[in-house]
Amino acid sequence: MAYSYLEFERPIAELTSKIEDLSSMGTDSGVNIAEEVERLSSKRDKLIEQIYSKASRAQICQLSRHPDRPYILDYIPLMFDDFQELHGDRALDDDGAIVGGLAHFRGHEVMVIGHQKGRDTKEKLRRNFGMPRPEGYRKALRLFKLAERFEIPVLTFIDTAGAWPGIDAEERGQSEAIAKNLQELAALKVPVICTVIGEGGSGGALAIGVGDQLFMQQFSTYSVISPEGCAAILWRDRAFASEAAEALKPIATDLKALGLIDDIIPEPKDGAHRDPEAAADLMADVLDASLKELLATPLDTLLQNRDKRLRNIGSFEG
Amino acid sequence: MSWFTRLIESPKNILKSDASGTPEGLWVKCPSCSEALYNKELLRGHMVCSKCGHHLRMRAAQRAELLFDADSFEELDTSLRSLDPLEFKDKKRYRDRIRDAAKKAGAEDSVRNFLGDIQGRTVSTSIFEFAYMGGSMGAVAGEKIVLGMERAIERNCPYLLVTASGGARMQEGVLSLMQMAKTSASVNRLNQARLPFICLLTDPTMGGVSASAAWLGDVIIAEPDALIGFAGPRVIQETVGQKLPEGFQRSEFLLEHGLIDAVVDRRELTTYLATLLSHLTHRPYRQANS
Repeated sequence: MAYSYLEFERPIAELTSKIEDLSSMGTDSGVNIAEEVERLSSKRDKLIEQIYSKASRAQICQLSRHPDRPYILDYIPLMFDDFQELHGDRALDDDGAIVGGLAHFRGHEVMVIGHQKGRDTKEKLRRNFGMPRPEGYRKALRLFKLAERFEIPVLTFIDTAGAWPGIDAEERGQSEAIAKNLQELAALKVPVICTVIGEGGSGGALAIGVGDQLFMQQFSTYSVISPEGCAAILWRDRAFASEAAEALKPIATDLKALGLIDDIIPEPKDGAHRDPEAAADLMADVLDASLKELLATPLDTLLQNRDKRLRNIGSFEG
Repeated sequence: MSWFTRLIESPKNILKSDASGTPEGLWVKCPSCSEALYNKELLRGHMVCSKCGHHLRMRAAQRAELLFDADSFEELDTSLRSLDPLEFKDKKRYRDRIRDAAKKAGAEDSVRNFLGDIQGRTVSTSIFEFAYMGGSMGAVAGEKIVLGMERAIERNCPYLLVTASGGARMQEGVLSLMQMAKTSASVNRLNQARLPFICLLTDPTMGGVSASAAWLGDVIIAEPDALIGFAGPRVIQETVGQKLPEGFQRSEFLLEHGLIDAVVDRRELTTYLATLLSHLTHRPYRQANS
């Protein structure tokens, strides 16, 4: 499979292709090759370690949108059994930018809801690059309420650049649709666990992001505005996106330090995009533990805790 | 040219009302019909153009004067200050921006809370101060909205939210975004207490403020011709690459699309609110059943 490499991943790409070339030469040209491959492989491991552990905020923003990064539809077969997708908002449309359905997860019944960006051009267009319209939020809301009625916990997976800035979305009440989800999720009578798996883009992300626990994958981001958008407004130039990324503090370690997320879900050392299976396992372990804890919590306590949690989001004096 | 025309056309004397709605100087040019309006007259007329009826932006304090019965209101929750949790810096430090904004707007953040009587009925009210960093919502604004709602519950009175905001405040990052969740969650408690929650959307109400408490009122009204929406018109124009429809994202457009209950002229606002609140607090059915 052909991988896409970001600019700062280039050294890894070069070393990888060197290793592949050497390996393909086979054993005919002597024993040195095996040794050389091993030497280069260990060098490559070190390089990976170095590059990813030192990635800047701007680079992690790129990783969160990496073209090979797994989307919810990639994780579903790796994490869940018997997934049945449920479509439509019952009013206007079936928004492809948000998918949802019932599934089994390690012995639990769950409702899975997440953004879906689309891999190839055709699918990207069908899914509007993962940017939901009001119908998407309303489909999600329908599924939240369905889950509540059947006492099924909800797992959401956030990965969107943001709400769709389109004429149609505004005409059909984008603001109302997002607001309604925030209000309903705050009081939904089942456990809700939210995980950012790629880009957590503003209101479009938050509309499925209110719950009892909030996790972020190691190389995901969560931000009030994209670094490019922020740069365009505050620096009046999109070229300052790197500076904006630094200022916005949108990466998992930032949000953990600010006390805005519960935990960081580790990824394989070169990112979820290089090993989706391993990433899925790491994520499933965290979600499983969290779900068990929430299921053991009486509903009253669960809702009180969620309410308190939301009430206390703040940082001010006086 | 008469001396009078010369006077009102000379740049020194015609000062545009700045974006926040603070007329400085003697004359103010109406942004809609360009009529030169006498400043004091404009203030007396609650910032409505006497020629074309255009509603100019208003300060929170002016709004309070307009809404509440004379000597019936007080400002509350004035001690909260932002802590700059991100230590945010762009071309300017956020700390400096806050300080300058406070000086400019004469408010300590972008929301001001009041308790006052609207035609004899006590209402807990939060009013956005657009002059303070574009009315952007950070942690202080979010907290004040929740405090306003909690005061309504405490006093068993209606809650009124008057919005004028560009959206969530970038300088507080995700913390600002989360204020949308915090304020929306609080609406549940107002609803449970069955206290009327009225939203008055004024020019402009955008982004994270529009996509949270502003759209969760029992009744949502807007001032004429106010810009209201989630994404900004310029961003939409750039994204879709087509001309935006006539009146797009204006109050009347929202009314036509079924997104708000009514467009209310500022000159009839207090009477409208008083009547609305009388409908919502009457409860003949409950009385008959108790």
